[in-house]
Amino acid sequence: MKLSLKTILLAGSLLLVLLVLAGALYIVTETNQVIITQFGKPIGDMVTKPGVHLKLPFVQKANYFEKRWLEWDGDPNQIPTKDKKYIWVNTYARWRISNPLVFFQRVRDERGAYSRLDDILDGETRNAVANSDLIEIVRTSNRPFEKTGETAIIQTEQQLETVTMGREKISRIILKNAAAITPEFGIELRDLQIKRVNYVEEVQQKVFDRMIAERQRIASMYRSEGDGKSAEIRGQKERELKRIQSEAYKTAQEIKGKADAEATRIYAEAFNRDAEFYQFWKTLDTYRTTLDANTWLLLSTNNEFLKFLKTAGVR
Amino acid sequence: MPQDMPALGSLLPRISPRVVKLIVAAVVLIILLWGTIYTIDPEETGVILRFGKYVRSTPPGLHFKLPLGIEALTKVPVQRQLKMEFGFRTTRPGVVSQYRVTPESLEEAIMLTGDLNVLVVEWIVQFKIKDPYKYLFKLRNADATFRLMNEAIVRKIVGDNSVDEVLTVGRARIANEAKDQLQHLCDLYEIGIDVNQLIFQDINPPDPVKPAFNEVNQSLQEKERKINEAWSEYNQEIPRALGEAEQTIRGAEGYAMERVNNSLGDASRFTAVYREYVKAPAVTRRRLYLETIADILPKLSKKIIFDENQKNIMPLLNLGEEVKK
Repeated sequence: MKLSLKTILLAGSLLLVLLVLAGALYIVTETNQVIITQFGKPIGDMVTKPGVHLKLPFVQKANYFEKRWLEWDGDPNQIPTKDKKYIWVNTYARWRISNPLVFFQRVRDERGAYSRLDDILDGETRNAVANSDLIEIVRTSNRPFEKTGETAIIQTEQQLETVTMGREKISRIILKNAAAITPEFGIELRDLQIKRVNYVEEVQQKVFDRMIAERQRIASMYRSEGDGKSAEIRGQKERELKRIQSEAYKTAQEIKGKADAEATRIYAEAFNRDAEFYQFWKTLDTYRTTLDANTWLLLSTNNEFLKFLKTAGVR
Repeated sequence: MPQDMPALGSLLPRISPRVVKLIVAAVVLIILLWGTIYTIDPEETGVILRFGKYVRSTPPGLHFKLPLGIEALTKVPVQRQLKMEFGFRTTRPGVVSQYRVTPESLEEAIMLTGDLNVLVVEWIVQFKIKDPYKYLFKLRNADATFRLMNEAIVRKIVGDNSVDEVLTVGRARIANEAKDQLQHLCDLYEIGIDVNQLIFQDINPPDPVKPAFNEVNQSLQEKERKINEAWSEYNQEIPRALGEAEQTIRGAEGYAMERVNNSLGDASRFTAVYREYVKAPAVTRRRLYLETIADILPKLSKKIIFDENQKNIMPLLNLGEEVKK
């Protein structure tokens, strides 16, 4: 293959055009924005429109910045609240590069931005938390708790503190204060939320102890309720037993009494025909039943029965 | 094999430049086609960027795009229900899924309730990507942000409920509230996510407190048991007492019958005897007397008969000795 000078020139110029094009064209995507710098000096506005754009090749440089919202997830901070409770607080926020030029000048890149955001947001969180009672950070409203059998026991003596600010308001305050600072770094801050709130180890132990004590109180209440209720049932049972037994006794006595009265009437009616004979007859009957083998009988010969022993008594 | 060499050499030039051009063209064509044709699975949507600019979304099926990096494709699973776990991780899903709680996931789950108690709350959230454009281009790392939002919302709501509400009565309500607020936040953030469900899994007191909570359950059962025992005693004794009462009354009725019948019997016997007695009182009287004596006397062990005139026989009887026997 022989290469003519013409061909070499053609290829060379084609390569050159490609190089120039590559230097002159740059692509902005949906997710980023560009600042053009000429020898390090920013030129013109930021380019946010997605698509292919032109710049001077070699002289100008395209600097890319993220256009989307970014998340900032803070590290947990140990902060004492106003009522001297030590807690870990962990917040998150969203931010974006609102002014790439200022951003580029002040913090250079995202790493720089994160370290600034850490400083600002941690500081503001610290301020806000230190100025609030713990309950303000935990609760959002003064919604009364639904009463269950168990809470009713505890809440009688532990009245609930009322919330004047609440979690949402506190996070809004942190955001407001922080968002006032961030524009000087070309950063727009939004939607700060308190993500986690936890007790510090030593406090946590005390809280656990309190929880245990509360539950034990509930447990002992249930036990005594069980004792009380079962005693009540036993009492009811005793009452019922006595009622049943006494009613039965009463009825039985009435029946017996009636029968006794009836018997008495019958006897009286019969024996009244001749009381004297009845006495005689009954006495004889009694002799039969009361005198037995162990009885000694001393009889005088004057006795009616023995009078014939002495004399035949012939008249 | 020197003979083979020229043979091989003579083979190469035999392929004409035309064929070479054809092969090259075919390869180029294949490469172009490879970058042009794409398929979208049924649960996905394809997002096409031309030079970084969003131009269109494509539904499932076979589609074409410009090759050579002019148009770039991102697939987003819009129909698939996605899931995030908080407080635990599924290590192996299956019929019997395996779970794992790591220190990090435990951190996600520990939270404070409105009455300043501590709970370990595990939950999952099921969601779909509703708007792929927003999901991809409105914020970077939408998934990570979504996690943060979840934690903040659930904690906020649990923080406004008492420990008992979260553990028992308020569970469903809290899950609903959390879902609604999470959706609201998603709309606010333009994250392009549709929250389908937020479901609480295990909600437990922290390990050191658990025994105390179990004790409450035990005491509740103990209470039930005591009450049941008392009732069973009641149910045992009352019917028996009722039976005994019945017995007493029936016994009394029996007594009554006996008493009346006896009296009737006695009365009619007396009446019968009396009727005859009236006819000859003196004789009958004597007869009855003597009959009785005749009956009694043989039964008695000692019979002492003394004369009326012998007044001093009494002291001679050794009564004491007999009594001692």
